[in-house]
Amino acid sequence: MANKAYQKVYTQLDAITKATVSLKATGVTNDELATVGGRLAQVVKTKGDIITLQVFAGTEGIPTNAEVAFMGNPPVIRVSEQLSGRFFNAYGQPIDGGPEVDGEVRQIGGPSVNPYKRRQPSELIPTGIAGIDLNNTLVSGQKIPFFADPDQPYNQVMADVALRADVDKIILGGMGLSNDDYLFFRHAFEDAGALEKIVSFVNTTEEPPVERLLIPDMALTAAEYFAADRNEKVLVLLTDMTLYADALSIVSNRMDQIPSKDSMPGSLYSDLAKIYEKAVQFPEGGSITIIAVTTLNDGDITHAIPDNTGYITEGQLFLRADTDTGKVIVDPFRSLSRLKQLVQGKKTREDHSQVMNAGVRLYADAQNAKTKMENGFDLSDYDLRCLDYAKEYAVRLLSIDVNIKIDEMLDTAWELFAKYFSKAETGIKQAFIDKYWPAE
Amino acid sequence: MKTTGKVTGIVSNLVTVQVDGPVAENELCYIDFGGTRLMAEVIKVNKDRASVQVFESTRGLKNGDTVEFEGKMLEATLGPGLLSSVYDGLQNDLTTMKETFLQRGEYTDPLNHEKLWDFVPIAKAGDKVIAADWLGEVKEGWLPHKIMVPFSFKGEYTVKKVAEAGQYNIDTVIAVLTGEDGEDVDVTMTQKWPVKVAIKGYQEKPRPFKIMETGVRVIDTFNPIAEGGTGFIPGPFGCGKTVLQHAIAKQGEADLIVMAACGERANEVVEIFTEFPELIDPHTGRHLMERTTIICNTSNMPVAAREASVYTAMTICEYYRAMGLRCLLLADSTSRWAQALREMSNRMEELPGADAFPVDLSAIISNFYARAGVVVLNNGKTGAVTFIGTVSPAGGNLKEPVTESTKKAARCFYALEQNRADQKRYPAVNPIDSYSKYLEYPEIREFLDRTVEPGWVDKVNALKVLVRRGKEANDQINILGDDGVPMSYHEAFWKSELIDFALLQQDGFDPIDCLCPMERQKYMADLITDICGRDYIFDDYEECREWFKELINLLRQMNYNTFKGEAFLNYQHEISKHLESNGK
Repeated sequence: MANKAYQKVYTQLDAITKATVSLKATGVTNDELATVGGRLAQVVKTKGDIITLQVFAGTEGIPTNAEVAFMGNPPVIRVSEQLSGRFFNAYGQPIDGGPEVDGEVRQIGGPSVNPYKRRQPSELIPTGIAGIDLNNTLVSGQKIPFFADPDQPYNQVMADVALRADVDKIILGGMGLSNDDYLFFRHAFEDAGALEKIVSFVNTTEEPPVERLLIPDMALTAAEYFAADRNEKVLVLLTDMTLYADALSIVSNRMDQIPSKDSMPGSLYSDLAKIYEKAVQFPEGGSITIIAVTTLNDGDITHAIPDNTGYITEGQLFLRADTDTGKVIVDPFRSLSRLKQLVQGKKTREDHSQVMNAGVRLYADAQNAKTKMENGFDLSDYDLRCLDYAKEYAVRLLSIDVNIKIDEMLDTAWELFAKYFSKAETGIKQAFIDKYWPAE
Repeated sequence: MKTTGKVTGIVSNLVTVQVDGPVAENELCYIDFGGTRLMAEVIKVNKDRASVQVFESTRGLKNGDTVEFEGKMLEATLGPGLLSSVYDGLQNDLTTMKETFLQRGEYTDPLNHEKLWDFVPIAKAGDKVIAADWLGEVKEGWLPHKIMVPFSFKGEYTVKKVAEAGQYNIDTVIAVLTGEDGEDVDVTMTQKWPVKVAIKGYQEKPRPFKIMETGVRVIDTFNPIAEGGTGFIPGPFGCGKTVLQHAIAKQGEADLIVMAACGERANEVVEIFTEFPELIDPHTGRHLMERTTIICNTSNMPVAAREASVYTAMTICEYYRAMGLRCLLLADSTSRWAQALREMSNRMEELPGADAFPVDLSAIISNFYARAGVVVLNNGKTGAVTFIGTVSPAGGNLKEPVTESTKKAARCFYALEQNRADQKRYPAVNPIDSYSKYLEYPEIREFLDRTVEPGWVDKVNALKVLVRRGKEANDQINILGDDGVPMSYHEAFWKSELIDFALLQQDGFDPIDCLCPMERQKYMADLITDICGRDYIFDDYEECREWFKELINLLRQMNYNTFKGEAFLNYQHEISKHLESNGK
C-alpha cells in the first residue's frame, strides 16, 4: 500500500489514544483510509479541520511526529474467482504465501440490497444434526448464530455444518481465532478436500483486536461477489462475533462516546445488523447464508451482545452440555430457527412441524418432572415415562454427534412417542397419528 | 433565496453545517456529493452551525461540501396509489428502483403520475368547504378514495368549479376553490403534508367505542383492542412478536393496513410481499395486498430514516382516516426507532437519560401514540387509526425506558413471555400480566353486551380468575408436592391448563386454527365455561391429569376443524360423553 505521489503528508499529531489519533488536515473524506507511521487507519470523525483516525493495529509506539498519508478511498478488496482456496488477513492480504489476487476493486461495507429485490428464502440446508434439521431447520439466505459458552465445541460443529451443507462457496471470517482454531479450520477444510470452494479471512488472537472490525465486511463483500455476480450459493461463517463487538466497544470508548448497556456502544444493534442483514436470497438463485458464533458468559443471553444479536438474526442455535447424558446438545428451548416454517412440511414431510412441537413439549414435561424429583417429591407414572423419554430423545435426536436424514429423524421421534406415550398424550393432529403412529 | 451552507464536521451520519441564512428545526436539506444529492434533516441549531442527520451513508463526504436547505420539513406525498405500495422510510417507491442494491441519493416518486383514475365529483360549485372536506372520489382498487381540500388550507373556501366525472391523472386540477380573499386556488388529486405534524381536519376525537376483531383468541376474548385504540406487544426475541403482528395484519378488521417495518429484518418484509398478494382477507375476500401498504426501513438501511418511517406510516393512516376509513397501523419495532434517537442524541453529545436514551423519549412516544384514535369528520362520518407497536426490551427485561414509556402511552398491553415461548405455548401472551384498559370503558362494555352477549365481560373475567387460581394452585403443588395438596388444587390447575390449551393457545400456522372469528370464540368460551363450572370426582391426581388431558386433546382437535363441521360436532359429542364419564 505505497503512498501515491501527489498525496500530502502530515507529520504533526494533535492527540493520541490507544486506538485513535487526531491531527489537522484538509480535503479528507469520511471513511477514507490513511497510513499513520506505516500502519493502516481509517477516518472516523471530522470536526472543523481536526480529523480523527482509528488505527487498526493500535497506536503503541506512534510518536506525535508520525507520518500520516491519506489514500483517498475507503477499504477495498479485489474480487475474482482467484479468491477461491485462499487465506487472507483482515486487510485482504494473502497469508498463505500465495500471490496477490487480481480482480475488480470493490469498496467493502457497500450498500444494502433493496428489500423488494430479495426473494423469500425457501431452500432447505440439511446438516444431518437432528437438533438443527428436526427442531430448527436452516434455510438458505438465513442468518443464525450459535450461542455457546466458550467451552462448547462450536467451531467443530460449525465446520461440520459447513462441510455437509450443499453450497458452492464457504467463506470463513475468523475474528480473534486462536492459532489452534485457525489451524483446525484449515485442516478440516483440507481433509474434506473442499479447499477450492473456501475463502478465509482471518484475524488471530496474535493480531491487534481493532483489525477484526474489517473481517466481516471483507468476508461479506467477497460473498456478495460470488452470490450476486456469479449466482452462487454462499455460506459465510463468522466466529466469534462477541470478539468483534468487544473491538467495537474499544473504539467507541476511545472516541468518548457514551456507552449504553454492558458498556457497548449505543449503535451496537445497527452495527451488527449491517453485517447480518447481508444474508440474502437473490431472485437469480444466488444466496448468502450466515452462520455465526456468539460466545456467551455462563449462558447469559441477556448480555447486550447476544441480546442484540437475537433481535437481528433469524433465530439462534444454543449449545449446552446435557448433564443427564453427557452429550453436547442443541437446546430445544433456547434454540429457534425463524425460517423453519418456510421449509418444514413443504420441503420435508407433512408431519414435520407437529412432530417437532410434540417432541419439544414432552421434553419440557420431562424438565418439570426433573424439578419435582430434585425437590424430593414423588413422581407419577407419567413423570417417569417423560424422564426416560427425555434421555433417549437427547441421545438419539438432540445430540450434536447425530448424522442422519430428516425422514429418519421423524421416524425416530414417532418411535419414541409410541414407546413412552399414548396417542392422546402427544396432542398431535389425528390425521398424522393415523398415518404415522408405528404399528404395535 | 434558499439558505446554503458548508460541511464542517462529520461523525457517522451526523454532519455539522455552517449556514449563511435562516434554518428551521426539522428542515430538510441536501448535501451535494459530487453531483449526487444526499437528503438530511436539521436536528439541532447552534448559532450558525446546524447539526443535520443524513438519511444515507456519509462515506466519502468531506468538509467544505456544499449544502442547500429546502425551507420545508420532511413531507409525505398523499393521493391515490398509496395502497399496495412498498416504500422506504422516506416514501421512496422501492418497486420502481432499478438496481439490486440501494443507490445512494436515488429518490423515486411515491405516486404514479401517468395512471388515470375514475373521478366522480362529490362537491358542487357554490359549496362552502374547509380543509379535509371531500371534493370527489376515485376508486383505488376497491377503496373509495376521497379527494379532499388539502389539509394545509386555512379558513373557508367556496367551490368555484369541480371537474366532471371522468378519467384523470393525479396532477389534473379537479377543483378550483375561491378563498375568503377572493383568490382562486387549484386543487389536484395529490397533496403534501409534513410527517411529524398530526393531520387534524376533524370535528372531534371521541373515546373508542367499538372492538377491533383480530381473530386471535387471547386478544379478542381476553383483552380486546378497540377500533381507534392503541396497544403494544413487548417481548424478548424469539417469543413471537412478529408472528403475532403478522397474524393481526392478516385478520384484523380494518379497511386498510399500514405496516411499518422499522429497523427489523428484511426477510420479514419479504415474507409480507410474498404472501400477502396470495392470502385472502377474511372480511372482504380480496387479496390482502390490496389493503396493505408497506413502509420499510430494515435494520441495515440508514438509521436516520428509521425515525421517519414510523411518522410517514402514521401520516398515511391519518390521510385515509380523513376519508372515513378504518386504518390499522402496525409498527415493528418501536424500540429500533428509540435506538435511532439514542444514536443521534449520543453523537450530538447530549446529556443522556436512562440507558443512554434521550431524556424526552417518553414525551416523543406518547405524542406518537396520541395520533391514533377514532375521529368524527366534519361531515359526521367516522374514521379510525388503530395502532399496535411492538417493543423489543433489552435482555427481555420490561423495566427499561422504551417499555416503561410505552406503557404510559398505550392502552393495551400484550406481554409475551419467554417461559411460554420455551414451552411452545403460542401465542406466548401472558394471560395474567396482559391487560386491556378498554374493558373498563362503559361504551366498550355496552358494545360487547350488544354484539356478543349481555354480561360477556363478566364471563371473561371469570375465566381469567380461573387461570389465576390455576397458577396459584400449581405454585402450591410445586412447593408441597402432588400428594401434599388437596385434590381441588389439582382440579383448579387442570382447569386453567384447559383454558390455556383450548382458548389461549392458537396455532398460527394451521389454516383453520389461525383465524378464529368472534362467534367461534364465544362458542368455545361458553363450552369451556360450562366445563370449568362443573365439579368432578377423582380418586387420585393421576386420574385427574389423565381425564383432563383427554379432554384437552378433544378440544384442541375441535380447534383444528371447520367450525360446526362434521368432525367438529363429532368431537363435541365425544366431549359430552367424556363429561358424563365423571361428575355428579
